[in-house]
Amino acid sequence: MTLFENQHTRKKLIVFTLAMFAFGFALVPIYEKICEVTGVRDFMRPEQVKNTQVDKTRTIKVEFDANTRHLPWDFKPEVTSVNVHPGELTTVVYEVSNKTARDMTGQAIPSYGPSLAAAHFKKLECFCFAKQDFSAGEKRLMPVVFLIDPNLPKDVNTITLSYTFFEMPGGKPAPNTAPAGKLDNQSTALNAVPSATPNLN
Amino acid sequence: MASVPQDHSHGHDHSHDHDHHPTSWTRFFTTTNHKDIGTMYMWFSFVMFISGGIMALGIRAELFQPGLQVVRPELFNQLTTLHGIVMIFGAIMPAFVGFANWMLPLQLGAPDMAFARMNNWSFWLLPPAAILLIGSFFVPGGAAAGGWTLYPPLSIQAGMGMDMMIFAVHIMGASSIMGSINIITTILNLRAPGMTLMKMPMFAWTWLITAFLLIATMPVLAGAVTMLLTDRHFGTTFFNAAGGGDPVMFQHIFWFFGHPEVYIIALPAFGVVSQIIPAFSRKPLFGYASMVYATASIAILSFIVWAHHMYTTGLPAAGQLYFMYATMLIAVPTAAKIFNWLATMWKGSITLETPMLFCLGFLFLFTMGGFTGLVLSLTPVDIQLHDTYYVVAHFHYVMVAGALFSAFAAVYYWGPKWTGWMYEEKLGKIHFWWSLIAFNVTFFPQHFLGLAGMPRRIPDYNLQFANWNMVSSVGAFAFGIAQIFFIWIVIRMIRGKSGIRAAAKPWDGAEGLEWTVPSPAPYHTFETPPVVK
Repeated sequence: MTLFENQHTRKKLIVFTLAMFAFGFALVPIYEKICEVTGVRDFMRPEQVKNTQVDKTRTIKVEFDANTRHLPWDFKPEVTSVNVHPGELTTVVYEVSNKTARDMTGQAIPSYGPSLAAAHFKKLECFCFAKQDFSAGEKRLMPVVFLIDPNLPKDVNTITLSYTFFEMPGGKPAPNTAPAGKLDNQSTALNAVPSATPNLN
Repeated sequence: MASVPQDHSHGHDHSHDHDHHPTSWTRFFTTTNHKDIGTMYMWFSFVMFISGGIMALGIRAELFQPGLQVVRPELFNQLTTLHGIVMIFGAIMPAFVGFANWMLPLQLGAPDMAFARMNNWSFWLLPPAAILLIGSFFVPGGAAAGGWTLYPPLSIQAGMGMDMMIFAVHIMGASSIMGSINIITTILNLRAPGMTLMKMPMFAWTWLITAFLLIATMPVLAGAVTMLLTDRHFGTTFFNAAGGGDPVMFQHIFWFFGHPEVYIIALPAFGVVSQIIPAFSRKPLFGYASMVYATASIAILSFIVWAHHMYTTGLPAAGQLYFMYATMLIAVPTAAKIFNWLATMWKGSITLETPMLFCLGFLFLFTMGGFTGLVLSLTPVDIQLHDTYYVVAHFHYVMVAGALFSAFAAVYYWGPKWTGWMYEEKLGKIHFWWSLIAFNVTFFPQHFLGLAGMPRRIPDYNLQFANWNMVSSVGAFAFGIAQIFFIWIVIRMIRGKSGIRAAAKPWDGAEGLEWTVPSPAPYHTFETPPVVK
């Protein structure tokens, strides 16, 4: 009688244990969903930037780095570094070519050094926002349009932007539903007037 | 106290006809007796405690002076990593599972644990895990070296020592889960007639709640290390950013296990203290029901505070605030327990035998560890102190002075029941004061080092930290030697060197069914369940 009760209890506890094991794996999509809904640490969508003023008193060196992971593609920036002022809209171009004889889909993920620069590095356009389809041997030039938030901490003078391209298995690209990034500014950053930067002599 | 001095030569007065146990060398491999298994758990735990202690002394020897003298930095990292995992999974948890195996059937009036054969299994899984952990020092690349928390990316890049660690965690997790299922079933189904849940001893209550924590979190840890394993060898990218994964995700999953784990270690210690303080105060435990509810509240809260280990990962401010306040909330039920223990002692006729001394040491030092925990719960403070020696000091105050001291108290308190002999009171008291002083010499200066900014897990340090590190290292070696002294006391107790046989109830203030059976407890007890009024 007790034996039966014990086995009944054990069965329930084993089911609970297995459910918790599954829950451990379920945490992965749960966290992804939470981050997507709350927008935490989401550097993978175009930024909406408002009213930036070019701060010509500072010059930031932005270095570009390109890597691939288990992906036989050529991937490199056309220039390895540029000097920019905070608030200045800048475009750089990466060269990507699929060296294989088959159609492939890849995705690039950015990372920043120093990592705190990530929140101040605003990308308005980037090939990393979507999966990229490449047919066999295809070569493409892909732009990144960005500006650096003038609130970047004063001690940061160099930012490294590093992309790693990896293969998305079985991929048709997801349609990029996010709205295009835009710069909402009366006097656009590209032809900023000196009055916008009163600190300038 | 109520112990009976006797001649050494009459060693068989408690033998009964049914009390034969197997004597062949295979006894301990095949045993399903809860007392044998409890004893094996405790010896295993002590061996791992000494192994982890030797690693700690390697760390402290290196930190005795600035510069690199004793170990290479690679080995230093392996020592800090394995010290953590060996002490948590090898020493502290098995020690309390050992107490549970020995004492729960005796306290509940049950003949044995509910699943005796599974009990044998859950013990014998541990030695292979221990061999994997210790053996990983000798494989190419050495043992895992990325910290006991196994954070990627280091844990994904490390050599085969990490695979051995992952496999060991799987095995130890399986062992804990089986042990917990056994404990829960025993407590729920095998209590003596009349013993309602709210009449159970506190040690049984804390273990019931701990066992639920274990089966809720160990499978999640098993899942996390399985994901590490597949990231390492099977091309998945759960935690590898260059593949679409997220290394911070591992931290979230790990600490879903990791924070309840803190209470998996602390709650059985609370249970032991809740048995011993009333016994030596000669008063019933103050606020029994509130103790039960406080224990349950701590367990539930432990699931919703995990990210206070991750304040520096870039949580949004709202998240930091939530985790800060939730963490501070845990201080409330914990304080309820501390005040209940103090109220139990209030106006009691207290005597200061060794178990009580260790409980008082526990109370004082665990409260200090709790206060530094409260300091660290404050996000802005934690961002300053994250990964400094202040954190090291904090968790050693709760793990060593909390869990370990209460384990010592349990050995002195229940040891006479296990061995049939009293320990030598004078030696026990020396062990207590020696451990107390050496512990504080070791860990109190680490608060200063942490506040001054000394980072943990680094084999070298700035000259300004030299003096307190030297003090800390001296204390660590003194603490280590004290534990060799401890095992000498225990061996003398087993051999009956005190010459004082333990009475069935050697402590006159003690309560509970375990004191109704003779000392040493016969091989089989409560084959007919006792009736509790």
